[in-house]
Amino acid sequence: MRMILRRIALYALTAWVAVTVNFVLPRLMPGNPVQTLIGKLTGQVTPNEIRAIRLSFGMGFHEGLLAQYGTYLNQLAHGNLGVSITLGAPVSSILRASVPWTVGLIGVSTVVSFLIGTFSGAILGWTRGSRFDSLIPTATFFQAIPYFFLGTVMLLIFGSNLHWFPVLGAYSANVTPGWNWAFIASVIRYGELPVISIVLSSVAGWMLGMRNMMITMIGEDFVLMAVAKGLARRRVIWHAARSAVLPSIANLSLAIGLVVSGALLVELVFNYPGVGDLLLQAVLNEDYPLIQGIFLVITLTVLAANLIADLVYLALDPRTRSEAAV
Amino acid sequence: MKTLQLPRSPKVLLGLGIVGFFIILTVVGPWLAPDNPSSTAYAALLGPSTHHWLGTTSLGQDIFSQLLVGARATMVVALVAGLVATLLSMVIGISAGYLGGVSDDGLSLLSNVFLAIPGLPLLIVIDSYLPVTSRSNEFVIGLIISLTGWAWGARVLRAQTMSLRNRDFVEAARIIGESRSRIMFTEIAPNLLPVLASSLLFTVLYSIGAYVTLAYIGLTSTATWNWGTMLYWAQANNAPLSNEWYWFVPPGICIALVGTGLALLNFGIDEFINPRLRAGGLSARQRRSLGLPRRPRLGLTPVLAPRPRTARRNVVSS
Repeated sequence: MRMILRRIALYALTAWVAVTVNFVLPRLMPGNPVQTLIGKLTGQVTPNEIRAIRLSFGMGFHEGLLAQYGTYLNQLAHGNLGVSITLGAPVSSILRASVPWTVGLIGVSTVVSFLIGTFSGAILGWTRGSRFDSLIPTATFFQAIPYFFLGTVMLLIFGSNLHWFPVLGAYSANVTPGWNWAFIASVIRYGELPVISIVLSSVAGWMLGMRNMMITMIGEDFVLMAVAKGLARRRVIWHAARSAVLPSIANLSLAIGLVVSGALLVELVFNYPGVGDLLLQAVLNEDYPLIQGIFLVITLTVLAANLIADLVYLALDPRTRSEAAV
Repeated sequence: MKTLQLPRSPKVLLGLGIVGFFIILTVVGPWLAPDNPSSTAYAALLGPSTHHWLGTTSLGQDIFSQLLVGARATMVVALVAGLVATLLSMVIGISAGYLGGVSDDGLSLLSNVFLAIPGLPLLIVIDSYLPVTSRSNEFVIGLIISLTGWAWGARVLRAQTMSLRNRDFVEAARIIGESRSRIMFTEIAPNLLPVLASSLLFTVLYSIGAYVTLAYIGLTSTATWNWGTMLYWAQANNAPLSNEWYWFVPPGICIALVGTGLALLNFGIDEFINPRLRAGGLSARQRRSLGLPRRPRLGLTPVLAPRPRTARRNVVSS
C-alpha cells in the first residue's frame, strides 16, 4: 500500500512539474513569444480577444507572478486550457475529439507489441545459439528506424503501391461515425497499417529484454529442477518465462513514454486524426495554447498509464510488496 | 580497474565498422559532397543517375550532397547531446548512489520525474518557445535534447554505485581520507565504465532520434542540412506518396544504420557485463571448435571464449 502511495505521490509531483513548465516557459524565453504573438495579432482581433489570449496564458494585466500562477492553476482545475489561436475553439474541446484516437491507436499497438515481443523473446532466449539468433540484428535494425520513417515506407509500399491497406485517415468517408458495425469495421481496417508500423518499431525492445532475462533465468536452479523432474518442454519454458517477464513489466511504465513519443509522429504520417497530427499543426502555426494543452494532456495520460502498469507489477510480484513494507 | 574489452563477435565488429564509417563521414562528408546542397542548379526530380547518385529534389538540389553534408550536423548534435547527457547522468547517478540519504532521495526524485514525463512532447514545447536563431544552433538543440535524455542513465548508474559503495577499495579510500568527490569520480566512476559506455550509446541513439524528429516536424532551422530536414522537405513536397523514394529513403536508412551500429556495439557491452549472454554470440564454427554441443544445454554455465590455437598446442606439448 505504501508503495502505491509513493508512486501516486511521484506522479502527482510529475504532473505538477509539467503544469509548471507550461507556466514558466512562456515567461522564461527571450523575447516573450506571447507578446510577439499578440503583436502579430493586433489589428486582426478585437482588444477583448487579446485580453482573452493573455488570460489564457495566465498573463492578466497588472498582476504579480504569483497571482498569475494562481489564476493559471485555477483555470486548469476547471479544465480550462485556454483558447486555440488558429482554430478559435477551446483547447479542451479540440482535444476531447482527438485524444480517443491517439489512446486507442497507441494502447492497442503497445499491448500487441508487448505480447508478440515477450513471446518471441522467450522462445529466442530458450533456443539461444540456434539459427533464430539471426533475428536479433534484424530486430535491432527495425528498432533503430525512427517510427515515422518506417510508417512512411510502409505507407508507400503497402498503401499507395500495393493497395493492401487504405491510406490516410482513421475511417472511410462512406460510413457515419457512431456505434454501428460498419464504422467500427472501417476504423479497424484503417488502423491496421499504423498499428503494424508502430508494433514493428517497438517490438524489438521487448524481444531483446525478454531474451536476455530468459537466458539468465535458464541458469537458475528451479529451471534445472523442472527439467530434471521430466516436465514437458512447453511447461518448463512457461515456468521460466513467468519469472523472466517481470522486469519487462517493470519497464512497461518507462516504455510507454517512449512509445507515445514515437507514435505521435506515426499519426502524422497516416493523417490519423489524433493528437500527433494536431500537434504538428499547432507547432507550424505557433499556436501556443494548443501546444501547451497537448503537452499537458499527453503527459497526464502517460502518467495514468504508468500508474496502471505499476499496479499490475505490484499485483504480479510479491517481492515489491514486501520491499515496500520495509 | 576493469578495462572495457569487447568480445570479438561478428555483431560487435559489424557495429564498430558501421559506427566508424559514419564518424569518418561526419568529418569528411561536407568535403566529399560534389555540390552545394542548397544550390538549385539542376532540373527538378531527376532520378538516380551517374551524375546525381541519388537524384535531385523538387528544387533541383543534389540529394547525395545533402546526405553527405547533413551527416555532420546530425552526428554532431547526437554526440554533443549524448556526451552532455551521460555527464549529467554520471554526476547525478553516482552522487545519488554514493551520498545516500536526503541527497539520494532528492536526486532520485528528480530523475524519476524526468523519466515519467514523455520526452518528445516536452522537447517540442521547449523548442517551440525558442527564438529562431537558437533553433538553428546545433549546440543549443543538443543541450536541450540532453536535458530530456539523462534520467535513465542516472538511474542505472545509481543502482550500480550502490552496489560498489561498500566494497573494500572504496572503504580504503575513505579511511586514508580521500575527499568525497575524488572517491566518486576517480575510484567509483572507472569501475562503472561498461555501464557508462552503454549509457552513452543509448543517449546518442536517443539524441539522433530526437533531433531528426524535431527537424522532421520543422522545429529546427529548415535552412541547415541534416537528415531530419531532408525528410521534412521530402514530406512537405509529398515525396512519399509520389513514389520519389530516392528522396526520403536514403536519410532514413542512414539514421537506421547508425542506430543499428550503436545497438550492436551495445550488445558487446552487454555481453561483457553479463558473460552468460556471451555464448549466444559464438558462431557455429567457434562452437564446434570448442567442442560445445550445437545448442547450449541447461545447467551448463556457458561462459566460454574461443581459446587461441597456440595456447592449446602448448598444453599438448608440455
